[in-house]
Amino acid sequence: MPNFITSYLGSKVTPGEAGNQFWALVYVFIIFAGVALTVMWLLNWIERKALAHFQVRLGPMRVGPHGLLQPFADALKLILKEDIIPTEADQFVFWVAPLIGLLASFTVYTVIPFGPSQAVSDMNIGILFMLGVSSLGVLGIVVAGWASNSHYPLIGALRSSAQMVSYEVAMGLAVISAILMTSMNASGTGTLSMLGIVRAQQQQGIWFIFKFFPLGLIAFVIFAIAMVAETNRTPFDLAEAESELTAGYHTEYSGLRWSLFMLAEYAAMIAVSSIAVALWIGGWMHPFPNLLSTPAWEFVFSLFPGLTFLGIAAIAFIGAARMPAHSFFKIQRIGLAVFAALLGFVALLLFVIAVAGRSADGSLAARFREGIDYLYWFLLKVAVFIYLFIWYRATWPRYRFDQLMRIGWKVMLPISLGVLMLTAIVGVIVS
Amino acid sequence: MSDRKNDSTTDVSVHSLSNLDLEAPEKTYLDSNELIINMGPQHPATHGVLRVILKLDGEKVLGTECVIGYLHRGVEKIAENRTYTMFNPYVDRMDYCAAVSNGLGYCEAVEKLMNVEAPPRAQYIRVILTELNRIASHQLWLGTHALDIGAMTPLFYTFRDREEILKIFERYCGARLTTHAFRIGGCQYETYAGFEKDVKNFLAFFAPKIDEYEALLTTNRIWLERTKNVGVISGPDCIALGVTGPVLRASGVKWDLRKAQPYANYAKFDFEIPIGTNGDTYDRYLVRMQEMRQSMRIVEQAVNGIPEGPIMGKVPKVIKPPVGEIYHSIEAPKGELGYFIVSDGSTQPYRLRVRPPSFVNLQALDLMVRGSLVADVVAVIGTIDIVLGEVDR
Amino acid sequence: MNPALNTAVNAGMAPVGTPWFFYVLAGLAVASGAAVITRRNAVHSALALIVTLLSVAGLYLMLYAPFVAGVQIIVYAGGIMVLFLFVIMLVNIERASKDRRFNRIWPVGLAAACALLALFVSAFVKGKALFPERGMPLPESSNTQQIAAMLYGEAGRMGQYTFAFEIASLLLLVAILGAVIMTKKKI
Repeated sequence: MPNFITSYLGSKVTPGEAGNQFWALVYVFIIFAGVALTVMWLLNWIERKALAHFQVRLGPMRVGPHGLLQPFADALKLILKEDIIPTEADQFVFWVAPLIGLLASFTVYTVIPFGPSQAVSDMNIGILFMLGVSSLGVLGIVVAGWASNSHYPLIGALRSSAQMVSYEVAMGLAVISAILMTSMNASGTGTLSMLGIVRAQQQQGIWFIFKFFPLGLIAFVIFAIAMVAETNRTPFDLAEAESELTAGYHTEYSGLRWSLFMLAEYAAMIAVSSIAVALWIGGWMHPFPNLLSTPAWEFVFSLFPGLTFLGIAAIAFIGAARMPAHSFFKIQRIGLAVFAALLGFVALLLFVIAVAGRSADGSLAARFREGIDYLYWFLLKVAVFIYLFIWYRATWPRYRFDQLMRIGWKVMLPISLGVLMLTAIVGVIVS
Repeated sequence: MSDRKNDSTTDVSVHSLSNLDLEAPEKTYLDSNELIINMGPQHPATHGVLRVILKLDGEKVLGTECVIGYLHRGVEKIAENRTYTMFNPYVDRMDYCAAVSNGLGYCEAVEKLMNVEAPPRAQYIRVILTELNRIASHQLWLGTHALDIGAMTPLFYTFRDREEILKIFERYCGARLTTHAFRIGGCQYETYAGFEKDVKNFLAFFAPKIDEYEALLTTNRIWLERTKNVGVISGPDCIALGVTGPVLRASGVKWDLRKAQPYANYAKFDFEIPIGTNGDTYDRYLVRMQEMRQSMRIVEQAVNGIPEGPIMGKVPKVIKPPVGEIYHSIEAPKGELGYFIVSDGSTQPYRLRVRPPSFVNLQALDLMVRGSLVADVVAVIGTIDIVLGEVDR
Repeated sequence: MNPALNTAVNAGMAPVGTPWFFYVLAGLAVASGAAVITRRNAVHSALALIVTLLSVAGLYLMLYAPFVAGVQIIVYAGGIMVLFLFVIMLVNIERASKDRRFNRIWPVGLAAACALLALFVSAFVKGKALFPERGMPLPESSNTQQIAAMLYGEAGRMGQYTFAFEIASLLLLVAILGAVIMTKKKI
């Protein structure tokens, strides 16, 4: 086996730290494919179904059992659509604008900590990198509005980017509060690296959302609100709402280009949710890490991935059983039953891994199980945030633009500054 | 009220829109601060084919001009060529969200002209259906108004609950929306078996639903910020412009035709007139929510005491009102709906003029949005509650 | 060998393909810098400037200054360039670009560029004699902490620049307040 493959196996650091480009590329590919697939399929489907159920209707039901294949049909349709570029539009910039947004959204994933060594690279400026790259996403929007060479997209783009820039300030200050908490250890030095932040939570034995109660909670809430504004979601989606005068920066984009914008938006949603999880909710750690960390509890928590997939498989199976017994639904029933069986098979695999790797020795099975567990708890917390995004969209009206800016500058900024100062003061007093 | 530069209205070119200064089209967007924006006839938020030309200073609205007529169907002219009975279905198509009210106003106007009165049983049935229609119209208003402001979900809730009212209409007269429920002199259809039970079931079903809508919106911080102090109009201004309905009542003027000039036996029922204090969008929202509750009260009283008797008064087969003219108005969900009929003794009216509440209320749009921001225009159009079928006829 | 490089190699993070990355980043910076001044379209110039700034950030990374690289991206590429783009889009540039350009004083520009080139060449030739290596031996992994110590530490010992930093932030605050007051229509 070539050296560049085997030299990394068994190491406990990220590929970036180990300097192994091959595995870094493999991780990047897995993350990109995973995120793209999740966004395109799972997130789209869940958003439509959840929104529909909030609104007392069913959502997609025809394409695939319970609409499971609807996102693929939509993606296919968008790809096959005619690619309309306005003649007056700036051709090169029009083409490059969705790419800027997409690149910015996806580059954030290089620093997201899925586990203690499951990240593409543990940069020691991880959080700084994240903030910088998401501010590059603003450029994509501004340039997209400009390239359309039309009045309404330009105003919508400027509004969108003004909103994003304003809430970046509050977001950054909330992040600084969390980083400040990483330095409340024996040596008094904190870290900007994402893995380091989660390890600091592990070390200090408390998730930062609970630290210095209620300061950690307030900082988390500020970040949670700012991240909704960063991704242009309700209630801050005035710039892309249909019933407003300015129809948004992606008006002139059709087909695949528009879907790239949507992909970038959803990817940004997952990225900022991951940041929130890593900074405040303890990243890859299972709940109650300091209280319930005996081997028995570790085993119980490692059963959760299998149980989750078993639950979803059961729901899918019940759905298949409840479908009308009519020849129209035969294929859908079979499809859903096969899907349920697949999920059940995955659950079985997870159970096998949980049992085989139940000891904490460094064997391959144990490390595999640990990896799966870290990934599972991280993704579960991110999924809760995504569900919150969808819930906000179903429930709340949207803010007017001046109210939005007022909240960003007059409410969030002072509160986050105050929390930062109080965290610092409390930290100095306590240490 | 408006600073009109010239009064000539014969020239229909764009330069006769003197409310706004449209003489400098070369001033490109973003150059100067003032710009003219067109909320075109096709727009998700104008509740129909309404064109609103806005003159903006940056984000602030300096003036508006409504261009209507995209849905003009010549209903009043048609009336001159139809008999009174033939014209009855046309009336529903004006305010198609509250068709029963339209029918009530027209039938009562012609009955007044002919000096007949509908029997008490018919009047009770009329009241029940009209108030149910008021609830349905307000539900539609609530759903679309919330959707314009960004809350998607109340639309589906209100439409789902509105279905129950539409089912009752369908069982009664066969149509859900354009009901043609009443006839000149009374009602044509007897209430179907189970009508009272259906109405009572609906009342029991609907009471918690209003609470559901209120729970979603009334104390919602974002809703309050979007609707409080938005589109304020004072009571005297309303009266000066002729604005009626919930808009007038939200500005503090306690005027409801059901109490002021009672018709169709409304004097027999016990209900309140909700009024507001500020005249802003939030007050109009509260007033309409309260009106839904009061309508439920009226329906409950009416359905518990429908008298027996004939449903059609003594009306000749061919309706030939005596020579004369009459103006009769009722309190439609959107305001004062009036019918002015001039009869020359024949079977067809000489002139039939409809005073649509939405048309008159829409004139207040300019006053309400001056000085507000662009995003408020959409909210204010929604809160006036216009239906283009009525505005344009 | 360079002590910073030593520490980096010992930490297991040996640099990879240094000459290749340097030539690519530097070439990109120069090419996009040229594009900034030669494009007719102002937005194209701004985008080229963004590419320049990002390549310079990459060069900072190669100099074992990850904090400066991150701040360069956040502040310069993500903040100042967004401001540039706002201004370009809100002000009608097309008419200005149709005006005649200032091409008549090009000899003066050429002379200034030659003088600058002579300065750079002499600095390169004099080389290490001009810049002693005191600033280099900071290991990369604690770059942020060292900068923080220099900016916020106790004056005199580690914090050589604390006072200057505070004065600079005060100046920026005054500038922000002045800009807000000058442009507000009503107080």
